Amino acid sequence: MSDNSETAVVARASADGALRGQLKRLRQGDKGLLPILLGLIVLVIYFEIRNSVFLSSGNLTNLFVQATIFILLAMAEIWLLLLGEIDLSVGFVSALGATTAVILLDNQFHWPWFAALPLAILVTTAIGTLQGFIIIKLRLPSFIVTLAGLLGWEGVLIFFVDRQGTGGTIPVQEKVLYDLVNANLSPVWTWIFVLACLAVLIYLIVRRDQSRRTSGLDSVPHFVTIAKAVALIIAGVVLVLIFNRNRGTFTVLEGMPYAIPVDIAMLAAGSFILTRTRVGRYIYAIGGNAEAARRAGVNVNRYRLLAFVFTGFTAGVAGLIYASRLGGISDNVDSNLVLLAVASAVIGGTSLFGGRGKMIHAVIGGLVIATIYNGMALINMSAATQYIATALVLLVAVAMDAVARRGSTPSR
Amino acid sequence: MTTTPESTSPLTPPNGVSVSADSGVASSTLLSLRGITKSFGAVEALKHVDLDIPAGQVTALIGDNGAGKSTLIKAIAGIYAPTSGDIFWEGRKVTMHTPRDAENLGIATVYQDLALCDNLDIVQNMYLGHEESRHFTLDEIKMELNTKRVLSELSVSTVQSVRQLVGSLSGGQRQAIAVARAVMHESKLVIMDEPTAALGVSQTAQVIDLIKRLASRGIAVLVISHNLVDVFEVADRIAVMYLGTLVSSGPAANYDTSSAVEIITTGGSRSDVAASVN
Repeated sequence: MSDNSETAVVARASADGALRGQLKRLRQGDKGLLPILLGLIVLVIYFEIRNSVFLSSGNLTNLFVQATIFILLAMAEIWLLLLGEIDLSVGFVSALGATTAVILLDNQFHWPWFAALPLAILVTTAIGTLQGFIIIKLRLPSFIVTLAGLLGWEGVLIFFVDRQGTGGTIPVQEKVLYDLVNANLSPVWTWIFVLACLAVLIYLIVRRDQSRRTSGLDSVPHFVTIAKAVALIIAGVVLVLIFNRNRGTFTVLEGMPYAIPVDIAMLAAGSFILTRTRVGRYIYAIGGNAEAARRAGVNVNRYRLLAFVFTGFTAGVAGLIYASRLGGISDNVDSNLVLLAVASAVIGGTSLFGGRGKMIHAVIGGLVIATIYNGMALINMSAATQYIATALVLLVAVAMDAVARRGSTPSR
Repeated sequence: MTTTPESTSPLTPPNGVSVSADSGVASSTLLSLRGITKSFGAVEALKHVDLDIPAGQVTALIGDNGAGKSTLIKAIAGIYAPTSGDIFWEGRKVTMHTPRDAENLGIATVYQDLALCDNLDIVQNMYLGHEESRHFTLDEIKMELNTKRVLSELSVSTVQSVRQLVGSLSGGQRQAIAVARAVMHESKLVIMDEPTAALGVSQTAQVIDLIKRLASRGIAVLVISHNLVDVFEVADRIAVMYLGTLVSSGPAANYDTSSAVEIITTGGSRSDVAASVN
């Protein structure tokens, strides 16, 4: 009996320790997702009050698809933001990749999708690698080199699009690329996909918490593990219910757009690399203190280059989604894309100063930006107001980042 | 008349064992430098330095700014290759071209700026560059358990959690983490550059305790310090540099603050220094 109470005390002490650790992390500047999630909820409530179409399943699905391009470009940007670098060219690079795919797929070349789409991603990866190589070898600031990229790749893009002689726009005529955004998993497959994701995620969480417990390390109590799992299941089921509702007016339109699994795959791959492998560990280390990483024996330039490679790859995926959503690629690509990508990453909680950030930040930040654009369009706000509102959200996010950074400066 | 309390002939190769005069305890010489010279162009930063560093003892390297202390530890840490001279490690002649070479021998260096990543936690910093992995993924459990073990062996008990970010630690705690990282990878010689600079009184005491515990575990410690109070608190042996030359070395008991200051400032050719040795 005394034995029992003793274990209870120990359990409470360790739970206490875990909680304290959490609070400490919060104060150290790892502000977590809570503030921005609360902000997102406030936005959602506001738009829903102003226009009840906002929370309809049709609009929410549309919002998720709108967010996809911001999310993927922000993911591309996060690889570099973690190093304290930036890529201003990412918008045009991804559009250039998409142009490659669209041209190769069209009536003139007739490439199959399984060759053209990977080649498009290869092109953007090569561009990312080239820019990274120049930045690292010549020790130039990434801001300037990718600014040159921003201008130069737009030129290349216009050249190739106009050369097609289709009036400055090349339409997507191939089914797989078109369907990426414009077609859906069937409701049954939506369920299967989401449940499979949940199963993997919950398995990983339970296994991690359990192995910490059995190793005698500070761990969260069982109910926290269970609560995390339940919260994930609820979120997953809500998502399925949104997607699987018929949102068509004349025809049946239901299921999860293919773009969403693409997002999730990129999120899973990025998060895995960042948190579970040496590559990720070294990217954080270099972003935090490159000299320390170098002295610890890390080949700093190799991992910096690798981050540029990842950025290029992710930009390629983003470009395909972009072309699919627009139904084609034009010589007039929105030059705000890259700024919104950086804004998404920072709004989500990734630091501009390097060393702090997560892939999930791209998702949260992309959703916030898409919510602003989607909601403001629904309540007929002018473009002027949309820009100003986005600017204010970005400003608040950067200010929070800077304050958190100051809070985390060690007191030596 | 020599100013070297315990003279070592430059021509005698180290035999691996020397008897320390004051304690009478035999301690093996881990690292021996013989005639180390380092030139940067016309400037000779080190001139024929001979130094023996015994295992299990704390050797303090003192000297004024520009005396060549940093150049000497950089030569030992594999950052600069000496222009001439020999380095013997456990009686064997070695050459080091990179910091990795020194690390592989068992030489770890704790730099003054500590080289820690503030955005990583204690475990991540301890293992930076040496991560344990299993099935292609990082083995966080193993790294965390080992970190806790090493910290408790060194009696570093002031950190709340090993998953705390290093940026949130105090100066003394950061120093402790940097030292723990140095000894975790089975180092036999730990070089510390100004370990107590910029630390408060109680944190300095913690770091000095830590240095003593390292030595008691059989690790050789080479400490650079400007703070003579700390030096006399912690050092078993003292080596004094003056303008690139090692002018004096011997057991710490053979020195007192005023004689040490004398040698540091003048190069030390004064009879009372030798007299105090007797």
